[in-house]
Amino acid sequence: MKSVTGSHTGTATWLLQRATAVALALALPGLAVYFISALPTDFSGWQALFAPLWLRVPMLLTVAALALHAWVGMRDIFMDYVRPTGLRLALYLAVIVTLSGSVAWLAAILFGTAWSTA
Amino acid sequence: MKPIERPVYLNLLRIHLPLPGWVSILYRLSGALLFAVLPLGVWALSVSLADEAGFRRVADGVAHPLGRLFLLFLIWAFAHHLFAGLRHLALDVDWGVDLPRARQSSLAVLLAAGLVTLLAAWGLFA
Repeated sequence: MKSVTGSHTGTATWLLQRATAVALALALPGLAVYFISALPTDFSGWQALFAPLWLRVPMLLTVAALALHAWVGMRDIFMDYVRPTGLRLALYLAVIVTLSGSVAWLAAILFGTAWSTA
Repeated sequence: MKPIERPVYLNLLRIHLPLPGWVSILYRLSGALLFAVLPLGVWALSVSLADEAGFRRVADGVAHPLGRLFLLFLIWAFAHHLFAGLRHLALDVDWGVDLPRARQSSLAVLLAAGLVTLLAAWGLFA
């Protein structure tokens, strides 16, 4: 029987980690500059920062890339240090839930109607 | 010469990690830390955009000295992870693989992350 925890995932995963790394190295400093250069002190100004669609779409894509990148990294750490297969798979699941949950939550914040119609 | 007693148990406190080793372990730790704070960041964004009171709560948290210190720690973690990551991308294409240059680039990563952290500290606390 084939192992449930590993087969032909190496190169594609490696490439995914590098590709998202390059994207994040460009996008995150860019986003940081956008926010720091126009940091408001009041609530309406803070909301207005997130109003443009050209900010919300790249921001969500960036965090989605971050989630993929973090998935590969956390997977690498657990593969190195956590030997019991059951525990390792449980930790993988926890990471996947945390990351996909964070991305879904951010999508709800950025594209939900809760605050943008207020 | 006296033979070394076997097995040798490694005392982590007595191991002298070379510079690239420090960059490597801090790379892992900073990456794991950044993973852990992602949900925290999304939560803070959610609270701060929800209403006026939530915005004040997050703004006060960031204004608090402990909040600023934590933020500074995260900035160091991000800067270290970014610069160490760029170093890894360079190593991937066989740039700087020889030992002297691996040591130099490790020092450069530590210094660059330290410099960013100093600038951020200046911005946050001055």
